[in-house]
Amino acid sequence: MTRKVLVLGETRDGSLRNVSFEAIAAAKTVADGGEVIGVLIGENVSALGTELVQYGADRVVVVEGEKLKQYTSDGYAQALLAVIEKESPEGLVLGHTSQGKDLSPRIAAKLSSGLISDTTAVEVAGGNVVFTRPIYSGKAFEKKIVTDGLIFATVRPNNIAPLAKDESRSGEVASLSVEIKDLRAIIKEVVRKASEGVDLSEAKVVISGGRGVKSAEGFEPLKELANVLGGAVGASRGACDADYCDYSLQIGQTGKVVTPDLYIACGISGAIQHLAGMSNSKVIVAINKDPEANIFKVADYGIVGDLFEVVPLLTEEFKKLKVHS
Amino acid sequence: MNIYVLLKRTFDTEEKITISGGKINEDGAEFIINPYDEYAVEEAIQVRDSNGGEVTVISVGTEEAEKQLRTALAMGADKAVLINTEDDVENGDQFTTSKIIAEYLKDKEADLIIGGNVAIDGGSGQVGPRVAELLNIPYVTTITKLEIDGTNVTVTRDVEGDSEVIETSLPLLVTAQQGLNEPRYPSLPGIMKAKKKPLDELELDDLDLEEDDVEAKTKTIEIYLPPKKEAGKVLSGELNDQVKELVHLLHTEAKVV
Ligand SMILES: Cc1cc2nc3c(=O)[nH]c(=O)nc-3n(C[C@H](O)[C@H](O)[C@H](O)COP(=O)(O)OP(=O)(O)OC[C@H]3O[C@@H](n4cnc5c(N)ncnc54)[C@H](O)[C@@H]3O)c2cc1C
Repeated sequence: MTRKVLVLGETRDGSLRNVSFEAIAAAKTVADGGEVIGVLIGENVSALGTELVQYGADRVVVVEGEKLKQYTSDGYAQALLAVIEKESPEGLVLGHTSQGKDLSPRIAAKLSSGLISDTTAVEVAGGNVVFTRPIYSGKAFEKKIVTDGLIFATVRPNNIAPLAKDESRSGEVASLSVEIKDLRAIIKEVVRKASEGVDLSEAKVVISGGRGVKSAEGFEPLKELANVLGGAVGASRGACDADYCDYSLQIGQTGKVVTPDLYIACGISGAIQHLAGMSNSKVIVAINKDPEANIFKVADYGIVGDLFEVVPLLTEEFKKLKVHS
Repeated sequence: MNIYVLLKRTFDTEEKITISGGKINEDGAEFIINPYDEYAVEEAIQVRDSNGGEVTVISVGTEEAEKQLRTALAMGADKAVLINTEDDVENGDQFTTSKIIAEYLKDKEADLIIGGNVAIDGGSGQVGPRVAELLNIPYVTTITKLEIDGTNVTVTRDVEGDSEVIETSLPLLVTAQQGLNEPRYPSLPGIMKAKKKPLDELELDDLDLEEDDVEAKTKTIEIYLPPKKEAGKVLSGELNDQVKELVHLLHTEAKVV
């Protein structure tokens, strides 16, 4: 059965986020040969429409307005619901980002529909669209289907491969005018703490430091390594509690959940609450002085040693590799 | 102020997960208040203490959730309500839970509703915003600070590490993020008092809901454990050589760089 599926393209600092391309790939599976329509909401965002098409959308609907300059649940919900009303889709996919998490349940409630959040895979099996999602902080997985109404899901960044960008693809980018009424919650101020460098939840490589890093300066070698690999720096709660870094870097049950291709844990013991945020990473490397540290149990590769010796050596070695390849 | 807290009983974080008969095995497991809901309870108590009013904690679940509700009462909440769905709902989802909660809250004139931003078992984070939408009130998710001045509210919200300062007004629903507060432990006198505080139990019938009204829109068809990880390779030898070997392995074997 082919389906018409909408995908919300999420922007950050004027560009589309990777997760939106991943969401298009998921939407293609849900559509099962049907039409995939990108949706863009914001101020001056229509120029990004072409990119959604190049990543697989068949056409794009844009809702623009001054009141949509920043994400608010009231503004975006009105815009997205207007597109849904116009297009009557059978499927809807958003990224499982801060924005997607905030917006999707509201849309689902408004439409009295189901919603499968934080999915990491999607397939069509036996006529059903089957989503896979981690539960119990990644200690188990479930497969889920929608039994009634709209097939609605959010996708976790970094798990579903986007389609290759095809610059020869073309599709219509049309705008829809929506009158945005009455915003009940207004953003007064945005305090940027985490946005320098690579976004942690979307990074392909994460270099994390724990209490073993010993000080704020101790994070410097980790930052250098992250730079060389084009990755982001993360931390354990131990390191955040000790004030070595900002809480925005915390990974774990009460912090961010990351699933990069490569996660390097430096001076992190591997407490269960930390594992909750990173154990589904594709490859895990542990660097720890203590050979008994729990982190080695989940690591694919481990080096027992002092991180202040190991990390700079690693940085040098990766630099050489980058030069050669 | 009329404050409501949405609370879920969840598996203790430290529990090992096993599966029996296609379901998560709950035998002998420890249960706790979902950690994010604990922040919600604490915040509700603090808001009441500075603004007056009453804190009611609601949970949708089975009789077993009484224990977590009593803990919330011992922390300082005034009343608890258990909406017991054991006989009526076999496989509910977030649609089910939010519909039940909204139906309960619709005539309660809540000024402030606080929940956790996500439950650590199911991990969907849907129920809070869904309830707000059903009640047609604004919401702010993943908050780290809440300031109330009359009906004006200033909230700080965590957005993937950045913060947004948001102005809104009561009635309002918010969901708690780590950093909002430090939940207190129930004191001994608190625990004694909690035994006498009201804990009402309701069923769907009492809310004029039929099983069909809350029937799930999604279904779990399989639950499984992640494949057991092979023991990792701990390298040995000269540190320099270990580092070289690691980079080589990441490049050629794991192919991640
Ligand atoms: C409700 C709750 C929620 C929590 N949520 C989170 C969460 O989201 N994220 C999180 O991370 N934690 C969380 N925690 C905390 C968690 O239990 C641990 O306390 C924390 O992860 C420990 O941080 P750590 O590994 O950095 O510190 P430690 O456990 O102190 O480990 C430090 C490690 O560094 C090693 N080390 C020291 N010096 C060096 C060196 N020079 N070179 C190499 N290695 C060295 C040591 O051998 C040790 O293994 C939570 C706890 C609770 C109760």
